[in-house]
Amino acid sequence: MSSGKTSPAADAGLTHLAVSLRGVTKTYDNGVMALGPFDLTVRKGEFISLLGPSGCGKSTVLRLIAELSAPSSGIVRVAHREGVVQPGHGIGFVFQEPTLMPWTSVRENVRLPLRLAGVPKAEARGRADAALASVGLADFADAFPRELSGGMKMRVSLARALVTEPDILLMDEPFAALDEITRFRLNNDLLALWRSLGKTVIFVTHSVFESVYLSQRVVVMTARPGRIQADIRIETVEPRGEAFRTSTAYGDYCRRVSDALAPSYSGQSLL
Amino acid sequence: MRTPPAFASMPRSVQRVMRLVLPVIVFAIGLIVWEQVVRRRGIPPYVLPSPSVIILTLINDWAVLSQSLAATLLTTLEGFVAASVGGIALALLFNQSKWVEYSLFPYAIVLQVTPVIAIAPLLLIYLEQQTAVVVCAFIVAFFPVLSNTTLGLNSVDRNLAGLFQLYGASKPQTLRFLKLPAALPYILGGLRIAGGLSLIGAVVAEIAAGTAGAGSGLAYRIAESGYRLNIPRMFAALLLLSLAGIVIYGVLAVVSHLVLRRWHESALGKEN
Repeated sequence: MSSGKTSPAADAGLTHLAVSLRGVTKTYDNGVMALGPFDLTVRKGEFISLLGPSGCGKSTVLRLIAELSAPSSGIVRVAHREGVVQPGHGIGFVFQEPTLMPWTSVRENVRLPLRLAGVPKAEARGRADAALASVGLADFADAFPRELSGGMKMRVSLARALVTEPDILLMDEPFAALDEITRFRLNNDLLALWRSLGKTVIFVTHSVFESVYLSQRVVVMTARPGRIQADIRIETVEPRGEAFRTSTAYGDYCRRVSDALAPSYSGQSLL
Repeated sequence: MRTPPAFASMPRSVQRVMRLVLPVIVFAIGLIVWEQVVRRRGIPPYVLPSPSVIILTLINDWAVLSQSLAATLLTTLEGFVAASVGGIALALLFNQSKWVEYSLFPYAIVLQVTPVIAIAPLLLIYLEQQTAVVVCAFIVAFFPVLSNTTLGLNSVDRNLAGLFQLYGASKPQTLRFLKLPAALPYILGGLRIAGGLSLIGAVVAEIAAGTAGAGSGLAYRIAESGYRLNIPRMFAALLLLSLAGIVIYGVLAVVSHLVLRRWHESALGKEN
């Protein structure tokens, strides 16, 4: 098994890499340097978490990978599936908010990416229903978003991200606004999906416990500008379950990640 | 119970009935008082006609009045359609190009703030009367459509816009699947205002056209009846105008409710 650390030598033409960021910086128009220089490589099928304080550029990293914004300097490379030309089609994005269109049904919301890509209606409907079934919402296809709970809306958002069958799933604090019980359930469902679908997941969170529970690698970031503070590999018996959440190994990893995060909140006050 | 039950604590169904019944009761009391005052004081109909005389006039003059009503409604409808199409189209144009917006928006405001009653005589000089009346209705009604649609198109959820960008949506796709649906509640609000305003615009233009024109609308009837001291007919025409305004508002409110009822806060009951 190769080292999980980011290493410059790992840029072997992206054959087994999903994402690679090299010396990436992002400076906003107002002169604030949000990120970098930042180096990150993510292997195909890996589940990694980006963890850090607010304003450390976690979301910026996702936006750069999704090509929603361009880096000020450095190189962002994303492995595209063969035959996929348009940007973004190999990528599913789950926002912090469910970001659903309130004026249409759950099925239409999930079908949207296919509709925009010009997939025939009958096929798109089938795929949307399948995606909804995979997140356990098969019975709610005709409901409107406002009729669903917060957790269910997030599942719809996840189904929409999955419907294009992307290779890479980017998740920007998707469960941050949910209650803990719902969050735990969605964590488990997400892990199950990841195991069955084998996608690369880049998961942004500010919860130490969530990052350790979910990911194979936790990348701890510092604030302003965002840099990598630590890159911690979480190794445990797979598949993980509730037993892992209460194990001593889990506690140890949480402590290590918290320690890596400590400079961020013991340092200068950002408020 | 020592205190009388507050309106809010009544069952919903009762509240609903009361909201319909109370204005009707007030209306009936007003009519009765009016009728009695006119009869007891012996006020002649050319000063103040009683409600019963107005109703009788409405029935007897129905042939003339119904024609006028149809003429005014047609003008209103034409003005409303022109204002809706024009307002929405202009807002879409503004949304596509900032240059067009910067170039034209000040003139839209000028049209809006200049009293239409002052423009109407000019329009009547340069345009055929029927066209001038429709243009007046348009001028009064298009601005709320334009400004509401513009507001709606600019109120698109930022994350949703990002999502459309992520999935490579083209400009027409973004407009059709995102911007227009998001703007719909605002557009419908603008149309609701425009409906009443186009009636006002039509009436103002008819009044301005006055006896000089060969007009036949309700406002023209009011002006004409005024000259002839046919006060009951003035009231009858006024009554029809009010009813027309109420019907226009009601229809647009129902349409708005039907379109939005499944998703927009404004159309949802409180229990949701």
